[in-house]
Amino acid sequence: MPEGGHAARLAAEIGTLRQDSYVEGPIKALAIATMFWGIVGFLVGVVVASQLAFPLLNLDLEWTTFGRLRPVHTSAVIFAFGGNALLCTSLYVVQRTCRARLFGGDEMGWFLFAGYQFFIVMAALGYVLGVTQGKEYAEPEWYVDLWLTVVWVTYLVAFGGTIIKREEPHIYVANWFFLAFILTVAMLHIGNNISLPLSLGHVKSYVAASGVQDAMIQWWYGHNAVGFFLTAGFLGIMYYFIPKQAERPVYSYRLSIVHFWSLIFLYIWAGPHHLHYTALPDWAQTLGMVFSIMLWMPSWGGMINGLMTLSGAWDKLRTDPGLRFSVAAVGFYAMATFEGPVMSIKAVNSLSHYTDWTIGHVHSGALGWNGFITFGALYWLVPRLWGKTELYSKKLADWHFWIATLGIVLYITAMWVSGIMQGLMWRSYDELGFLQYSFVETVAAMHPYYVIRMLGGVLYLTGAILMAYNLWRTVRDEPAKQPAVTAALPAAAE
Amino acid sequence: MPTKIEKDAVSGRDTTGHEWDGIKELNTPLPKWWLYVFYATIAFAAVWVVLYPALPIRGATGLTGWTARGAIQQEMAERAQQQAPVLARLREATPQQIVADPEMRAYALAGGRVAFANNCAGCHGAGGQGAPGGFPTLADDDWIWGGKLDDIKTTILHGIRNTEDDAARSSIMPRFLADGLLKSAQVNDVAEHVLSLSGRAKDAAAAQRGAALFAENCVACHGETGRGNREMGAPNLADQVWLYGGDKASIVHSISYARAGVMPAWGARLDPAVVNMLTVYVHALGGGEAE
Repeated sequence: MPEGGHAARLAAEIGTLRQDSYVEGPIKALAIATMFWGIVGFLVGVVVASQLAFPLLNLDLEWTTFGRLRPVHTSAVIFAFGGNALLCTSLYVVQRTCRARLFGGDEMGWFLFAGYQFFIVMAALGYVLGVTQGKEYAEPEWYVDLWLTVVWVTYLVAFGGTIIKREEPHIYVANWFFLAFILTVAMLHIGNNISLPLSLGHVKSYVAASGVQDAMIQWWYGHNAVGFFLTAGFLGIMYYFIPKQAERPVYSYRLSIVHFWSLIFLYIWAGPHHLHYTALPDWAQTLGMVFSIMLWMPSWGGMINGLMTLSGAWDKLRTDPGLRFSVAAVGFYAMATFEGPVMSIKAVNSLSHYTDWTIGHVHSGALGWNGFITFGALYWLVPRLWGKTELYSKKLADWHFWIATLGIVLYITAMWVSGIMQGLMWRSYDELGFLQYSFVETVAAMHPYYVIRMLGGVLYLTGAILMAYNLWRTVRDEPAKQPAVTAALPAAAE
Repeated sequence: MPTKIEKDAVSGRDTTGHEWDGIKELNTPLPKWWLYVFYATIAFAAVWVVLYPALPIRGATGLTGWTARGAIQQEMAERAQQQAPVLARLREATPQQIVADPEMRAYALAGGRVAFANNCAGCHGAGGQGAPGGFPTLADDDWIWGGKLDDIKTTILHGIRNTEDDAARSSIMPRFLADGLLKSAQVNDVAEHVLSLSGRAKDAAAAQRGAALFAENCVACHGETGRGNREMGAPNLADQVWLYGGDKASIVHSISYARAGVMPAWGARLDPAVVNMLTVYVHALGGGEAE
């Protein structure tokens, strides 16, 4: 029978590609690193938020001032927590959806793990010691940039190599997003960091571009770090883990194609909206704004595919805390990707720019979207990576969800109120035509919201600590998946 | 290459026939609302780039003619126009005339508050309460260089001990210990005497010895009773208000090494109308003296 022959061949094929033929050790290490750096990043976030509310906490030491700790927070969260989450999930996903062992094998995986952690530690050490390029989200100096370039190109080779040797005829949508993320970040990183060191023995370098050109390159980089690192990369996570958690097919293949290409094409032009009402020429500001507005639907395509994939599986939200995180993440993603285009409109931006509204916006993205989608993926991934049947405690994960959600709500509402108030105070005139408030009066008015924001951060951190404990107990105490369990399944399943 | 299109029972849609690690995809068409809103944003963009500057050519504007520079200039011109008549009067008037005219006075207090917050509060505090280390309180009646309207205006216009204005208020207190004018024990005695002026001396004998030294070295500026001299900017030493601290260690330090606070000359930086408004505002903070 041809059918039987086909099935037998398939079974043999699957046999040679057993679970243990995938590279897993470095992925486990990356999962641990994700959790570790997440807690570090959230903790430093709470510290800098406290410093803004209570400046005394700068401690009058140069190493612990807000100016040096802020990049530690942003880099720890974006590059250490987010970057490790992306490495971890992308290397896991690409192997399974390609049915191919990681290109370069275990050695490749371990080099990426160790090389990336080394980058993080070198960058953070520099910040605390005052070594910085002064470019937001690209603070590391030239020697760290060079090292990251080596690691990143290796990542591209590993990921691309695995896709090239895939056993599946088509490339899964998650891998399009991961590949776009890896490629574009390589381009952005190199483009934005072209600089000349004082000498090879000196940590200081000067950036090649200057003035408004440098500002434009910086925000071409900065905006697309959001677009490709924090959006495209994390959409890759979503496209694998939500269908897996929901056990449902992806809602629309066609939508995934159209929103992928439109997102990739439009995002790269939107950077100038970070430089509204600056020395950047008007024409560039106009283009930055209209491209941002056109980005709204391409961004929401991912939201639709994420949420609609749940149709027929909504009841799982009650029982699967990991899925709940993933779905809430898509909700925050939808909110943030609507808010972004709105804030890019020049009239809105003239109120929101330089205020805490921007901080609230990035945190609804970072805490809600990037954080939650990562938590959702880890709650699913950790028991499977370590071969466990169950999570240690669903109840604890429920607590994590509600504590963290409350934390986000406190954070972003405090920043909305504070930011809009700040913007209105800056622009308000009295009836005699004088500016009504001095700068320092706006700072004083923001104090209560800074305290609320700090409390929001404490809640979010608390949730993450619960999660780390839960995952640790899962790995340590949960019973391993018994081969007997699989054997007991009906033979027809094979 | 197993390609098998199935019908999904829940949605009734076909799958695409692909499968990756157990994940399938539905062949759902693009949601209509999504597509139309996407088209609408593209249409909006197309209209917008016609209306507003969108070409990398110097001087090119959209149909509206709007430019960022033009917009800010227009807004500033509108403000200037709104304020011009009153500012012109404030510029020409003396502080006394401003105080006497209810309309100008109200204007000066409002404008002075903002100008103070933006220029003066950094040293003198948001409410003129001053700060330790040589930044005097402006809300009390203890004045170093005088608290009448003209005194305050002169101080604001020319500043104190700065290098940028020849008419800056200026006086130099000797560094009695550092320049060898007094010995360490003598400085201690003078300090005790200064403390005794506000009834706080601990060592009566030392204060007694210090009285003679004070008469020799200090009265020229601070007066026989230590009540100060505004002509010299010599502070009153007989009250409880201290610019650099009134404890004994601070007084010993002041005598030994002297103090010489600096204030910029604001006449070179601010519109004369703003100087007048600041004068009236500071005078009204609580300690202004009558003519």
